[in-house]
Amino acid sequence: MTDELRASFRTGRRPVRFGESFRELGLLVFIVVVCGVVQLRNPNFLTLSNLRDLFANTAILSILAVGMMMVLLTRGIDLSIGATIALSGMVSALTVQAIPTIPPVVSVLEGMIVGLAVGAAIGMLVAKFDVLPIIATLGFMNVIRGLTYLISNGAWVSSYQMSAGFQRIASGSLFGVSNLIVIAVVIYIVFGYFINHTRTGRQIYAVGSNPEAADIAGLSRRRVVWLVYAAMGTLAGLAGVLWVSKFASAQGDTAVGYELDVIAATVLGGVSISGGSGRVSGLILGSVLFGVLDNALPLVNVSPFWQEAIQGTVILAAVVINVLVKRNGQRYALRKRVI
Amino acid sequence: MAGRSIRTERPWSLRAFFLQWEWLLALIFVAINVVNSTLSPYYFSVDTFLQTPKNFLDIAFLVLPMTLVIIMGNIDISVGSTVALSAVVMAVSFSAGLPMPLAMALCLLVSTGCGFVNGILMTKFKELSSVIITLATMIIYRGIAYVILEDQASGDFPKWFSAFGWGSIGQVPLILIVFALCAILFGLLLHGTSFGRQVYGIGSNPVASRYSGIKIDSVVMIVEMLTGLMAGFTAIFLTSRMDSTRPNVAQGYELEAIAMVVLGGVSTSGGKGRMAGPLLAVFIIGFLNYGLGLVNIPSQVLLIIIGLLLILSVLVMNVRFQSRHQRSALSPSRSVSGGDRPIEKKGTRRR
Amino acid sequence: MSEFILELNHVTITFPGVRALDDVHFDLRPGEIHALMGENGAGKSTLIKVITGVYQPDSGEILFNGAPVDIRSPLDSQRIGIAAIYQHVSCYRDLSVTENIFIGHEKIGALTRRIDWKELHRRAEELLARLDADFDPRAPMGDLSVAQQQIVEIAKALSTNARILIMDEPTAPLTSRESEDLYRITEGLRDRGVSVIFISHRLEDMYRLASRLTIFRDARNVGSWKLSDISREDIITAMVGREITQLFPKRRLAIGGEILRVQGLSRRGYFKDVTFSVRKGEILAITGLVGAGRTEVCEAIYGITRAESGRIILDGEELHVANPSQAIRKGIGYLPEDRLRQGLVLDWELSKNVTYPALKKFSTAGWIRTKKENEVTRDRAERLEVKAGSVFDKASTLSGGNQQKIIVAKLLTAGMKVFILDEPTKGVDVGAKTAIFEIMSDLAERGYGIIMVSSEMPEVLGMSDRIVVMKEGRVAGILETSATTQEQILQAALSGPAAS
Repeated sequence: MTDELRASFRTGRRPVRFGESFRELGLLVFIVVVCGVVQLRNPNFLTLSNLRDLFANTAILSILAVGMMMVLLTRGIDLSIGATIALSGMVSALTVQAIPTIPPVVSVLEGMIVGLAVGAAIGMLVAKFDVLPIIATLGFMNVIRGLTYLISNGAWVSSYQMSAGFQRIASGSLFGVSNLIVIAVVIYIVFGYFINHTRTGRQIYAVGSNPEAADIAGLSRRRVVWLVYAAMGTLAGLAGVLWVSKFASAQGDTAVGYELDVIAATVLGGVSISGGSGRVSGLILGSVLFGVLDNALPLVNVSPFWQEAIQGTVILAAVVINVLVKRNGQRYALRKRVI
Repeated sequence: MAGRSIRTERPWSLRAFFLQWEWLLALIFVAINVVNSTLSPYYFSVDTFLQTPKNFLDIAFLVLPMTLVIIMGNIDISVGSTVALSAVVMAVSFSAGLPMPLAMALCLLVSTGCGFVNGILMTKFKELSSVIITLATMIIYRGIAYVILEDQASGDFPKWFSAFGWGSIGQVPLILIVFALCAILFGLLLHGTSFGRQVYGIGSNPVASRYSGIKIDSVVMIVEMLTGLMAGFTAIFLTSRMDSTRPNVAQGYELEAIAMVVLGGVSTSGGKGRMAGPLLAVFIIGFLNYGLGLVNIPSQVLLIIIGLLLILSVLVMNVRFQSRHQRSALSPSRSVSGGDRPIEKKGTRRR
Repeated sequence: MSEFILELNHVTITFPGVRALDDVHFDLRPGEIHALMGENGAGKSTLIKVITGVYQPDSGEILFNGAPVDIRSPLDSQRIGIAAIYQHVSCYRDLSVTENIFIGHEKIGALTRRIDWKELHRRAEELLARLDADFDPRAPMGDLSVAQQQIVEIAKALSTNARILIMDEPTAPLTSRESEDLYRITEGLRDRGVSVIFISHRLEDMYRLASRLTIFRDARNVGSWKLSDISREDIITAMVGREITQLFPKRRLAIGGEILRVQGLSRRGYFKDVTFSVRKGEILAITGLVGAGRTEVCEAIYGITRAESGRIILDGEELHVANPSQAIRKGIGYLPEDRLRQGLVLDWELSKNVTYPALKKFSTAGWIRTKKENEVTRDRAERLEVKAGSVFDKASTLSGGNQQKIIVAKLLTAGMKVFILDEPTKGVDVGAKTAIFEIMSDLAERGYGIIMVSSEMPEVLGMSDRIVVMKEGRVAGILETSATTQEQILQAALSGPAAS
């Protein structure tokens, strides 16, 4: 073919994923700066034991963020996870209370099954009956929260009613690393692999990026959508057991409003609520930043009451900066046009 | 031209009239009251209907503007935090020596300001969904409330202030009167005025609204500020009823308000629904709760019922919608290439 | 081996209230480029969706290589070897080029189920090289130009070893040079034995590329011809079903003074240095290829976007319009190109739609006076001969032509001076077209200035007094209609200003 043809399809530049990498780099720089400032004011920050605390405290949030990312990728949202955490935590705690000898692994599985059941039901509503995700999960949030109170009769399960084995799920450690961190790392490896390297994982992006096209291409959109809610539920179920084990208390109002924290961390990590874009790497950064803000502010004598306000401001700043960067990119692209 | 060819009388059919969502809600409301009266011989009295609403009306102030917000196709999850922040500002400024009426004015000013900030963010950053913006401001507003009051409670309001939550004019509780007034105003605003028309238009088709010369930004701003103002009302009544306030009040009110609006038949995809539906939903849930109390069913069961009602109502609405549009999965109106859209009816197409 | 690789017989498909395909026959030979033409709504796209398995026909049969096949889903059609390239829909902007090519049939490890990215990127690079494109297959699709995205779509079709390739208006968003490149690639595919179904509205595409042509009208197959056997006039006649010349009720009117003047209007990336004027009672056509910046100029006049430099002078007064609301107040009305999305609130009654741009005029102290609203709507609708039963009919229930009339009714508020009509006859059937032209002539007669944006040569020549031809964001020429031929317009639209 001729040179003329070459002219229009050869770009000369090899575009990279400038936007996402740039944003993640920005987050990373911000985290480093925050850490640096905190370290200067309080040398106890970057110590092994404090970092261990930091990551252990971020583990549950980051596990949930993986599920939330998949849900947001399909243009959905899940408001029910706080309630699911409470239910699965309560169910496993009640079981431990009744049968103290139950092995911890069974407790974990039990919680995950409870979560899976909830997630599968929500997935059905969204994928099969086209109920808007925000409504389906809002409805389930109420139902599940109510169920949690009902099965516990409004009572708490406290630490003395839990077996030591159960409490060790969260407080124990493997080769000196907190179980929570180990579990989170395993989750990230499994789901990182699933999202980035399997067909179904990639189809989550496709479905969120362009649902109509996914239908035309014959991708089973409904199956993918169902799957993400089922996975989100399962992760929330797991998180529920970890939560109850960690705080050694199961209550009806465990994790009220936590769903919004998770969504905030996910968005902070660069996942778009309108679907299709977001990466696991960004997610990790988002969760870590959340954890750093949580952990570091008290160390530099920022009153804990400032934390929420600071967190909110950081989230707002992150999304707004993202918009401004994108706008600038568009203006740049226009300048390159001939007209 | 021989006679008129296009009618201007509103078409009216009995069937269509009774197929409205509000009738179903009204039916549920009646059913709840019938059940309640069988449960307690003292239930069915004027006093019950006048006094019960005191218990649930403070959140209902949020339902009014939330209806507008959702009809416009947005969502606002910062309202609970707005309530907390404005309540805290009111309490703290009163403790600092500001006369109570001024503190209340300040409360409304702060809450409207919160709405103003939301509105500015929504109109300046249209790329962001309202969920994200109000999620962030939700955290910030509550965060500021914590900064101001830490984990203290603030109270010691003057005696007369408790009248907002508990007082009555004659037989009728003050809160009911104020709420009725607000509800009527919002109903008129939404259904009678050109502003309300624009709210619907923006929710149905923001692009066409823009091309029709609608100033979308100002409508969004006004609705958000109204939302803030009403959150201020909630703050005043709630604080008066509890006689004190803390930074963690009204947590989760945003989702409750949204649930009631959706239960009232307002679609979260925008453009559809009426004021009457959410109002009925408020009273259904309020009286349901009261009834559960009569038979000592724990109030948590109410959560389950709300959740199920929410899911069922949306399912019913979906089914109703789909029966009219078969082949919905790949319906021609959502045609893929956008080229041919066979939604024009053959009948009207030919001459 | 049959004579046809694909054959459809007696295919009928009905949607609620509409027969979208009516007893349709269609055949495709191996290794041919077969053009498909017809007005919007004639049934082309539905046919494509039947072939690709998006819709299932109510009756009729599909033969592939002479043997009946049952295509129940898009996957089925892919498996047979049918690939389709739609205009915009099928690309995933957030995914990489490689993923766009291979999605759903990525090569995966047998045991690990792991996608073999290295291998896929290599194969993507190979496919792109075959199409002589060199961009990085790892780039996100959203970063590519429209032309590049189409190359990716073609690569996708190649990757499935498609034997039939369907291209739905592929040249519409392309510049002329990009189109020419696309032609060559398409020919290359044909030479490798791929059969191509090519949908287009451009006659140039047809003659340049296709060997056979099938025309659709009103959900039926009107006939198939060899391109060498049919003239342009015959094609148009077959498409519209009657002689084209009767269409235009153009009245010769006394044209008044200048009402709107656009001077050196520029907006970076969209248009540059655009200058023209409209006079009272004049119909000024703006034409050019899609993407030449016509709509963008009009939107800048109407305040949807803002021009960066240049002046707009309305009735001797310089305008600084920041939004459509101000434009309407100054007397500029705009009928947008996409009437379903931009023109109407489809869920709404006619009366609400009609009064929407001028709510103030229908309300007292903010309170809408519905009686006045309904009566004015009825009067305007009757004057425009809208076929509707009641002012409470939903806008979505009207036909395209009547919807367009309702949008015109929206514009008819008092105090208007200039109307901008962007593709007013797009997707409207022939009878309604005449009616819309009739309305345009009426408006001109009442002294309004009218700007009509159109891609349809016949209506540009038939209705306008002067023609502004745009090319790549600039005015390529302003022609007096009475002294202009179609060839001159095309000349200007394709090759730009003769002088500069």
